[in-house]
Amino acid sequence: MSLLEIKNLHISIGDKAIVKGFNLTIKPGEVHAIMGPNGTGKSTLAKAIAGHPSYTITGGDVILDGKSILAMQPDERARSGLFLAFQYPSEIPGVSIANFLRAAVQARMAEGEELDASGYYKKLYSKMDLLKIDRKFTSRAVNDGFSGGEKKRCEILQMAMLEPHFALMDETDSGLDIDALRIVADGVNTLRSGPLGILLITHYQRLLDYIVPDFVHVMYDGRIVKSGNKSLALELEAKGYDWVKQEFAAANA
Amino acid sequence: MKPLTEIDGAPAPASPVVGIDQTAGNFSYKVDYAFDAGTGLSEDTIRYISSVKKEAPWILEFRLKALKTFWDKPMPTHWATKDLENIDFQKIRYYLSQGQKPKRTWDEVPDDIKKTFERLGIPEQERKFLAGVEAQFDSEAAYSNIKDIVAKQGVIFVNSTEGLREHPEIFKKFFGKVIPTGDNKFSALNSAVFSGGSFIYVPPGVKVAQPLQAYFRINAENFGQFERTLIIADEGSEVVYMEGCTAPKFSTSTLHSAVVELVALKGAKIQYITVQNWANNVFNLVTKRGVAHEDAEIKWIDCNIGSRLTMKYPGVVLKGERARGEVLSIALANDGQHQDTGAKMVHAANNTTSNIIAKSISVGQGRSTYRGVVHIPKHLKGCKNNTECDALLINTNSRTDTYPAISVRGDRNATQHEASVSKVSEDMIFYMQSRGLTEAQAMSLAVNGFINDLARQFPMEYSVELKRLIDLEMEGSVG
Repeated sequence: MSLLEIKNLHISIGDKAIVKGFNLTIKPGEVHAIMGPNGTGKSTLAKAIAGHPSYTITGGDVILDGKSILAMQPDERARSGLFLAFQYPSEIPGVSIANFLRAAVQARMAEGEELDASGYYKKLYSKMDLLKIDRKFTSRAVNDGFSGGEKKRCEILQMAMLEPHFALMDETDSGLDIDALRIVADGVNTLRSGPLGILLITHYQRLLDYIVPDFVHVMYDGRIVKSGNKSLALELEAKGYDWVKQEFAAANA
Repeated sequence: MKPLTEIDGAPAPASPVVGIDQTAGNFSYKVDYAFDAGTGLSEDTIRYISSVKKEAPWILEFRLKALKTFWDKPMPTHWATKDLENIDFQKIRYYLSQGQKPKRTWDEVPDDIKKTFERLGIPEQERKFLAGVEAQFDSEAAYSNIKDIVAKQGVIFVNSTEGLREHPEIFKKFFGKVIPTGDNKFSALNSAVFSGGSFIYVPPGVKVAQPLQAYFRINAENFGQFERTLIIADEGSEVVYMEGCTAPKFSTSTLHSAVVELVALKGAKIQYITVQNWANNVFNLVTKRGVAHEDAEIKWIDCNIGSRLTMKYPGVVLKGERARGEVLSIALANDGQHQDTGAKMVHAANNTTSNIIAKSISVGQGRSTYRGVVHIPKHLKGCKNNTECDALLINTNSRTDTYPAISVRGDRNATQHEASVSKVSEDMIFYMQSRGLTEAQAMSLAVNGFINDLARQFPMEYSVELKRLIDLEMEGSVG
């Protein structure tokens, strides 16, 4: 069975420890929401797991399907079934979404194996139909001049095409108005019906009105300090993060 | 000077070199040269070249005068790179060939030369999409052929020796007129020792349906290739000419110094496309210029990949009213390479327009320089110029410089200039890697994206070739 295990993970940027002993196991089909105030290491966690070179893993392990991924390059991690939906996706001028995805699909094939172009486009268009994305969209250059909503839809489309086992979604709701948020959430909900496991990072509860998580975890000072179900998110909404901070301070006193 | 009978061999095939030099052109076969002007440059070298070509006396005189101009002119190091001083003109071989008459069929081409061009895919391309091909091997064309249907239209497609000897009434009038001998030190050198290249004449109203192509191959070490090209498109005619260049990687330097002159008479169109992929020991110092008469159009498409130093600024003199000139150029400078390229547009008549789009990519220690000249004098009206130059830097050691010189006088002309410098950032590469692309694939894609809008204007076969070359360069630039 496919499994993503994050074990006692410690992450630093330079000399500064950001994530300090993070533990979580995600099974196929599960949606785990990670909430928490700004600066508690949520985005650091997602980028480091995906292999961003600016982050150093100083302890612990990340195990995908029984194998540690920490020695792998970011592209190897991706080809092993991991996907990071970016908070701020990069622009790639001059490269159309269709060509970008085609290169990504080709990269997953064995050496010497050629991509079947008509099969590829058939799949791309069926995914776009599923996500209700206009076909003209894929002839645009990746994220180049996109609105916030378009960038996030582009991320969701890539996720749909690359069919990862586990997706790390970093602040997918940031910069979206309510309509864009609903469209993006619909896309995620369409994809979660399969075996996809999702780690959903968010600062605000409102995203969870649209993507209902199986588990909610509160992250503070680089680790999970509280876990529960959807009602925990509502409780946070009502009480704010100060309540968590106080509880954390009391526990450490 | 060696006697005519002495045979000088090229070095044994170079071993495949890992990294950036690993390109399709990096190989050489041993070839026996029947004609060899020896090493070094003197009047005797010139006389040797002229005599084996059985040239008319006026050409020998032209050459000897040019040699004097060459010696008299200083190296342009007051504005150009000091690396030019590393060229030792007495260590270069100026003429090597198996004969002066190119073969009309591939079967007749000697095996040792034919296998080079077969490996480069030239005969195959010819069958597929070309109207005529000339394949130059060191100093002379080994093969030259034009499809019957094009020849019947009166199109002349020969090398420089044959052009000047067989058709002086057509070519002599324009030879050395667009680019005079004394234009610069290297045009003078070329005028002294030129050999090979294409002389093309397209009669009035003839539109050559498929491109004519020349392929320039340097095979020998310490060699200098000095082809001379002159294309005359008579009134209302159209022609597309493409050139490709490669050389194997030697430890010593190689010199390539061509002169290319284009003349587009009233209403004619010339498109000149270059895809060069020189090994990084080649000094590539080329002068290219065209004259566009009334309603004529000259378009240079110039892709510079490889070489140690390239200095090339294709230009158009817009001589007749409503003439149009265009330069689209792409330069890729990898470690140890300097691409010093640009464009020149000289407006000399009313309502003339010019367009320059230059894109450069610097990788690692590679260095790119853009030099542009746009000149619109005060007495003209209705002239327009658009200049865009964009630089892409891949990693922090690369360097790019821009030296635009736009002199627009008077208030009845318009010009616009845009320049940008962008970087392939670590975040952009990470983004692409997180989709499963390797670092090299990610860089290739970023570079291809950067030049995409320009590459789309190239003929299909050439944009595919360009993409392949970029992939190879990027593969080599990642550890």
